[in-house]
Amino acid sequence: MDLSDAQSIVVVGGGQAGAQAAFSLRQGGYKYKLTILCEEAHLPYQRPPLSKAYLQGDLDGERLFLKPANWYSKNNVELKFGSRVVTIDRSTNTVQCEDGFQIRYDALILATGSKPRKLKVAGSNLKHIYELRGIEDADLLKKVALPEKRLLIVGAGYIGLEVAATAIKLGLDVTVIEMAERVLERVTAPIMSAFFTRVHQQNGVKILTNTTLSHFEGHCGDVSMAVFADGSKIPCDLVLVGIGIIPDTELASDAGIACNNGITVDRNTRTNDPRIFAVGDNTNRPLVHYGRKGRLESVHNAIEQGKLAASAILGSNRPVEDCPWFWSDQYDVKLQIAGLSQGYDEYVVRGNNKSAKFAVFYFRNGRLISTDAINSPAEFLVSKKLIISGVNVVSSELEDTSKTMKEILNNYTI
Amino acid sequence: MASITFIDYQGEKRTVEGANGLSVMEVAVGNGVPGIDADCGGACACATCHVYVNEEFLGKLQPQDDMEISMLEFAENIKSNSRLACQIKISDEIDGLIVTTPESQH
Repeated sequence: MDLSDAQSIVVVGGGQAGAQAAFSLRQGGYKYKLTILCEEAHLPYQRPPLSKAYLQGDLDGERLFLKPANWYSKNNVELKFGSRVVTIDRSTNTVQCEDGFQIRYDALILATGSKPRKLKVAGSNLKHIYELRGIEDADLLKKVALPEKRLLIVGAGYIGLEVAATAIKLGLDVTVIEMAERVLERVTAPIMSAFFTRVHQQNGVKILTNTTLSHFEGHCGDVSMAVFADGSKIPCDLVLVGIGIIPDTELASDAGIACNNGITVDRNTRTNDPRIFAVGDNTNRPLVHYGRKGRLESVHNAIEQGKLAASAILGSNRPVEDCPWFWSDQYDVKLQIAGLSQGYDEYVVRGNNKSAKFAVFYFRNGRLISTDAINSPAEFLVSKKLIISGVNVVSSELEDTSKTMKEILNNYTI
Repeated sequence: MASITFIDYQGEKRTVEGANGLSVMEVAVGNGVPGIDADCGGACACATCHVYVNEEFLGKLQPQDDMEISMLEFAENIKSNSRLACQIKISDEIDGLIVTTPESQH
């Protein structure tokens, strides 16, 4: 469907993906009505610092904003704050908000994001049990994250470990509990889990894996104790739950838009309704370098899909899909991840994994599929290029530190 | 406080003021200066805030750390005066800084 004559484009969600779609639409020359319906009360902002510099108090709120307020007025982008969309009427091309506001669209972009997964154990509704997704969550946590407080973090994923690193710097007593047998199990190899466990332990974080949380006990309504299935207990003043996110697809599925672990989209972010696009964490998208579909929870994905939606609507040149990439900052460790390691059958290590500078390269059927680079940007950037090119990379070459990454890259024609 | 001039690849100039402590990337983003993507928001993780620094200011900037040097090594269209704008901190010393943005950050 040609939408280049659209007179009204509506974006549902003012996170990084929705905002990028709006930026790219204006940058691409779209001149007509452009509305972003934001559930939150903030200008579109970056989420990554919420668990790091912002929580630490090193970054004030304004520095989180993707664009200053006057950009939206200058570019005639209407931001409607506090607008929770409740229905999409595809027969009249209209969306309706909880407060009764209705708006017609010629093209609709769903950037509804995701919600933190909830703990289901008894006592989860006690006071001082937090989650971290938005600015308000970070503000609540910041207010109570005071020196000496005993913070229990449920879940050793990126959010949990990043908050652990920040909380230690703030002087809290930090324990991380994880159901799986090692930290970051879902996303990384055992060698990387061991590295992060060691770094956190050296900084004073207690890490307990293979734990089964039974329930929380409270005192006067405040959480005071985590109780485990084996009967053991850990006293705590604060709890942060970081056990993953669930794509927010309810609005789409209620409207009959195809969803399957996310809103199903094509390479141009189009759903099964040709007027409706979906971008960001909430999409199940083609992973073109991997020959499958999947969901990506990342800044890269939000920006890329925002740009793709804009170019699809405008009928302009589409950007080429980048290799998925991620980063995490904890203490002095910068982890940069190129690609997706799920399903690897071999890995090699470049450098010394007892040091704070090394990289793990993951292969599947002889093909490089992903790299975890610790304080090693060259390994990260070269890996991106190699993964995108799809060339067969000899694993032993990557282990050979007598050659620089530039020399290794130059061995391949890409 | 420093005044910074951004020149885009077509030669268009924009001069803006930046407060000490912010990065040149943040000043660009905060003033809607085009040509700097800053996908990672200043974490030195993406190399999409690449700029060319006017030669006379090169020596006045804080030196590059290993991270920035490596990130730039593999960015596109690198020159001897390439820097990542997220790694240049604003201070009175760099008042008048002139940087040029490349045609594309990707």
